[in-house]
Amino acid sequence: MIRLSNIEKRFGDLTVLKGVSVTVAEGRVTALIGPSGGGKSTLLRCINLLEIPTSGTVRIGEEELSFQPGGKPGWKDIQRLRGQTGMVFQNFQLFPHRTAVENVMEGLVTVQKWPAEKARDRAMALLRKVGMDHKADAWPATLSGGQQQRVAIARALAPSPRVLLCDEPTSALDPELSGEVVEVLGTLAAEGTTMVMATHDLRLASRIAHEVVFLDGGQIVESGPSQTLFTHPTRERTQRFIATLTQQGQRGEGA
Amino acid sequence: MLHWLTLMADSLPSLLWAALVFTVPLTLASFALGLIVGLVAAVVRLFGPAPLAAVVRFYVWIIRGTPLLVQLFLIFYGLPSAGIVLDAFPAALIGFTLNVGAYTSEIIRAVIGSVPKGQWEAAYSIGMSWSQAMRRTILPQAARVAVPPLSNSFISLVKDTSLAAAITVPELFQAAQRIVATSYEPLILYVEAALIYLVLSSVLSAMQVRLEKRLNQYGGFLEAKS
Ligand SMILES: Nc1ncnc2c1ncn2[C@@H]1O[C@H](COP(=O)(O)OP(=O)(O)OP(=O)(O)O)[C@@H](O)[C@H]1O
Ligand SMILES: [Mg+2]
Repeated sequence: MIRLSNIEKRFGDLTVLKGVSVTVAEGRVTALIGPSGGGKSTLLRCINLLEIPTSGTVRIGEEELSFQPGGKPGWKDIQRLRGQTGMVFQNFQLFPHRTAVENVMEGLVTVQKWPAEKARDRAMALLRKVGMDHKADAWPATLSGGQQQRVAIARALAPSPRVLLCDEPTSALDPELSGEVVEVLGTLAAEGTTMVMATHDLRLASRIAHEVVFLDGGQIVESGPSQTLFTHPTRERTQRFIATLTQQGQRGEGA
Repeated sequence: MLHWLTLMADSLPSLLWAALVFTVPLTLASFALGLIVGLVAAVVRLFGPAPLAAVVRFYVWIIRGTPLLVQLFLIFYGLPSAGIVLDAFPAALIGFTLNVGAYTSEIIRAVIGSVPKGQWEAAYSIGMSWSQAMRRTILPQAARVAVPPLSNSFISLVKDTSLAAAITVPELFQAAQRIVATSYEPLILYVEAALIYLVLSSVLSAMQVRLEKRLNQYGGFLEAKS
């Protein structure tokens, strides 16, 4: 279970998250939606502490860390929490100087000090899972965007994180390539992988998210099960936003 | 004409010897040490505490703003007045190392900065520490971009070691000067010395090309496997 309590994040004078509280149950997929600049990425990055919350509490499984303005958490504490997470980035961020399989092995070998052979076995199994084992020895630069993102998903899963954080995993891909990524994420969701993902991709969100959180101006406007939130949003602000997403989606498909 | 060729042939062994025993070791040692200094200086400037970064900035400012020859004279002839007496070779080694360190620190700083921030984040996201991220993710990518400018520094250095002659290091150029003093044939000996420098720097250029080729395989990235 992941519980964010009263997360506040300030960049200088700008308050980007204004006391956000979210709970994600084990094995569930939560989509963060909302207009650009609403704080989706920042919230995700506060979960794996790429951004340190100004205040609030992050709990992942048994690990919990609280933040206060001015107080800086120790490196050990950050590692302890971050170790529970894996992250998938909008623009993949594979290590360009390592092959696909080396990318997936990297965390196991460097951080967890696994022997190379064991790490390679696990990496190959993960590449098989995302349908990329035939490209194990390829360089990232030679892969399509969708293929790179699938390798990146395998890399994020390698250390067996408790939660997979995805920041717009499909938005750098054209619809065809994003389909293969949605499919992989859908399989993971079906297997009970806990996920939190920021997305503008209605297809992705409606297909695999159980819960949806609508974030605007650094606050949660509305949240709930994806079925009801997408079809019967209660807040007017949410209705408008989902209407624009739907229009965009239709336009995108028509093109 | 024949006289010239004989002179060249006769002087060649002592020039090559001087190159082998002084020029090449001085170049290799001061480049290797200078790279370490440059790396540390670059990291301090990028990530270190402000006062330390200011010290490094001061160091780079001094070295880049003053002539190398003056620096060598200061170390070899000037420091004894402050009670620090150095032999010629160590003095030259220190001078060239400081020089290489200052120039390469600027190069290294730029190439480390050129690696996208997202690569740091990707490294952190799989649990790497700062130093693991630096070693395994950032430096290998930075190294590839750094090869051409660092090669430039290296090739400049080979030629700059001739300045060590002025502080009594018996390297290639000084060996030529000595023979000129007895043979009165400056043209032939300095041409000969120049040719040896040309060979040395050409070898380095060729190595640079090979290294770049290796690093550029496969769509841009192939790390030297360690
Ligand atoms: N490092 C930073 N320094 C200053 N401001 C930042 C920083 N990171 C994010 N912000 C600001 O925080 C706000 C929220 O940004 P965030 O990236 O979380 O939004 P988002 O919901 O992910 O938007 P998008 O849909 O465009 O990805 C924005 O106004 C942004 O400019
Ligand atoms: Mg974002």
